[in-house]
Amino acid sequence: MFENMTIGQYYPTSSFIHNLDPRIKILFTFVYIILLFVIDNIWGYLAAFIVLVTLLIVSKIPFRYAIKGLKAIIFIILITVALNMFMTPGDVVWHWSFMQITKQGIQIAVMMAVRLVFLVIGTSLLTLTTSPIDLTDGLEFYLRHIPFVKKYAHELSMMMSIALRFIPTLMDETHKIIKAQKARGAQFDTGNLIDRAKAMVMILVPLFVSAFRRADELATAMEARCYRGGVGRTKMKQMVLKRNDHIAIALIVVMSVVLIGTRFLPPISFFK
Amino acid sequence: MSNKEPIIEVNNLKFKYPASEIDEETPTILDDISFKVNKGEFVGIIGHNGSGKSTLAKLLNAINIPTEGEIKVKGMDTKDDNNLWDIRQTAGMVFQNPDNQLVATIVEDDVAFGPENLGVPPEEIRERVDACLETVGMSDFKRSEPNNLSGGQKQRVAIAGILAMEPECIILDEPTAMLDPNGRKEVINTIKKLNKEKDMTILHITHYMDELIDADRIIVLDKGKILLEGKPKEIFSHVDELKEIGLDVPVMTSLAHELKESGYDLPDDLLSIEETADAICQLK
Amino acid sequence: MPIEVKDLSHIYAKGSPFEYQALDNVNFTIEDGEFIGLIGHTGSGKSTLIQHLNGLLNPSSGTVYVNGEDIFENSKEELAKLRLKVGIVFQYPEQQLFEETVFKDVAFGPKNLGISDEEIEERVKESLEAVGLNYEEFKDKSPFELSGGQMRRVAIAGVIAMRPEVLVLDEPTAGLDPAGRDEVLKLIEDLHKKRNNTIILVTHNMDDAGKLADKLLVMDHGKIKFFDTPENVFDHVEELEQIGLAAPQVTYLMKKLKEKFPDINDKVYRIEDARDEIKRVLGESHV
Repeated sequence: MFENMTIGQYYPTSSFIHNLDPRIKILFTFVYIILLFVIDNIWGYLAAFIVLVTLLIVSKIPFRYAIKGLKAIIFIILITVALNMFMTPGDVVWHWSFMQITKQGIQIAVMMAVRLVFLVIGTSLLTLTTSPIDLTDGLEFYLRHIPFVKKYAHELSMMMSIALRFIPTLMDETHKIIKAQKARGAQFDTGNLIDRAKAMVMILVPLFVSAFRRADELATAMEARCYRGGVGRTKMKQMVLKRNDHIAIALIVVMSVVLIGTRFLPPISFFK
Repeated sequence: MSNKEPIIEVNNLKFKYPASEIDEETPTILDDISFKVNKGEFVGIIGHNGSGKSTLAKLLNAINIPTEGEIKVKGMDTKDDNNLWDIRQTAGMVFQNPDNQLVATIVEDDVAFGPENLGVPPEEIRERVDACLETVGMSDFKRSEPNNLSGGQKQRVAIAGILAMEPECIILDEPTAMLDPNGRKEVINTIKKLNKEKDMTILHITHYMDELIDADRIIVLDKGKILLEGKPKEIFSHVDELKEIGLDVPVMTSLAHELKESGYDLPDDLLSIEETADAICQLK
Repeated sequence: MPIEVKDLSHIYAKGSPFEYQALDNVNFTIEDGEFIGLIGHTGSGKSTLIQHLNGLLNPSSGTVYVNGEDIFENSKEELAKLRLKVGIVFQYPEQQLFEETVFKDVAFGPKNLGISDEEIEERVKESLEAVGLNYEEFKDKSPFELSGGQMRRVAIAGVIAMRPEVLVLDEPTAGLDPAGRDEVLKLIEDLHKKRNNTIILVTHNMDDAGKLADKLLVMDHGKIKFFDTPENVFDHVEELEQIGLAAPQVTYLMKKLKEKFPDINDKVYRIEDARDEIKRVLGESHV
């Protein structure tokens, strides 16, 4: 009954960004992450912020979806903030026993937090606007150009795509097994830790048995369809850069120039 | 329709799994099997579980190799490794579990999988994929995910995936065993259509007798041997023998058989409801 | 243990774009010891319905009374106990086997009942014999080294070992060959005769349902279409076809024969009954 749910966090809709070539989107994400570490003053952050907001609006992704990824790392952000705030030496603004907060500490902490938030939202945009299968194709393209890895590029992407194909199937199966064991009186939500660990066995054993059987049958079916690795293989869908993709590349270049340029603007300090 | 050119030739086939340390003596799964499937024919192989029919399917596709005897697919011996991929392209295979034979997350990508493996140029793959999905009536689901399809639809996609390799023969290994009645109907109608309209050679392995009513020929397997071979009506008239080896006889044939046993003079090759009704009315 | 389903509705993923109403105001009562055939095509709501009978799913509205008690007012522990009284054998039940030996797997359910080891052993023995597997021969085998049909029967034994008062079987013959199918149906029939417990058999197969069930519960789009004896249900050939089902082939034949023999009873649907009825109208004189 959960068949209609999408895996990952892909938000299906049609937008300028959704329709871009996945390779361009991966390139953007990569460049954006690097730029986040290049910028060093308020102008840079402002520019990076404008880029993000523009992308969010153009991509038609609701704001609440875009910030979902933050929940997972809120703890990391808090630790980063705390460490930077308390550990940075400089002009002390507040201290108690051995702890002290400095002007420089606050500044760095805020910048790190903002940087992390931008980073998470920026990368979320990639997975929100690109279906897992397109993402796989895009990644395969880059893998093919990395030395050492390129030998395995086809296998890696085949593995990813089979995983994507079977995750919903195995999820369904897990639900079924849980129900079947419950029907035999199993209880998964009561008892101590050991009981619960034992309860996992009766889900995991059938699940593994089934997954191995599926893998075996799938391998046979793939061989029957003449699969023999990546050599001599063609692809129906050729990734071709379209007009919008070229525009996007130009925009990435512009963004890079602007963000690097902000380094040369006079910095504004919060503490005069 | 059947020009006398054999696509599949099986001669004195014997098969047992190789002995291992645990099993020194392995049972003979198939024993002295010989038959031919000619171009354009629709042949059904029927037998209960353990009759050796699935092993036979794996042998035809060169997944297993005969212990004795030989199998030739369009003249190519399955024992010769050099023929492996040509054999698999010539005799495509559809399996039982609809889930475990679809590779891609999008229907059209899955149909493209076979031709991609064969190195067909991209534009041609696109043409084949569209045409094959049209043939099995799944064009509307081109962009769907297999997970959202019914069992019957998945099997049709699997058939399209085989068709896209442009085989000369399709071997179906219990393609309906896991489907509901509507799914079974979809798949059977697709198979029949391929045979009739595209002149595709079909080897349909099943344990449902009623799926083979329209077959050109039926081979009944039992305990690794061919028990009966002939046209559907000939086969179905052996009601007692079929029941004895645990197979179903079509309902009408079965009823006619019962009436005959009671002394009525009915033909023993009745299959359809109409035929049977007519024959009973004739009695009056 | 009568089961009363009252105004039961179930909506999946309520409030999301994937919202789907699987059950729509379902009402019926099953009396003690009845054998019910639950029929409908895939997606008609059969599976959703049976999962309410032992509280695996919670209704969106309405409720189920088992033995006069509203099961959804139960605590978690009580619900777990109820699950042992209403046993469900799911589709492809062999996929739930997990223990190292057949004995342990079949004993899993009874163990959750908190009964003595001797009684567990007795029940495992009895259940394995009931599904036609020799206790001594099979008890120490790994369930994973059995054939598909045997695994299926071990899984069924695992549910009947709990001696449920109501036994629900979801397509217990799916994927089996005709011989395997007949064996499983036979063991269900025998079990019903011996224990006289309530049985709900979910199936696509009209012939199987007609052969075994006292009453058929036909579902379509989450609603009950018919709840009546097989004779009366099969009489509605056209309505059955409209919802993607069909009457048994014998029914079609008898309807055809009625054109020629107006006094033939066209409500028979079993091969043997049809044979006798045809013999009757033709008259022995024609032999």
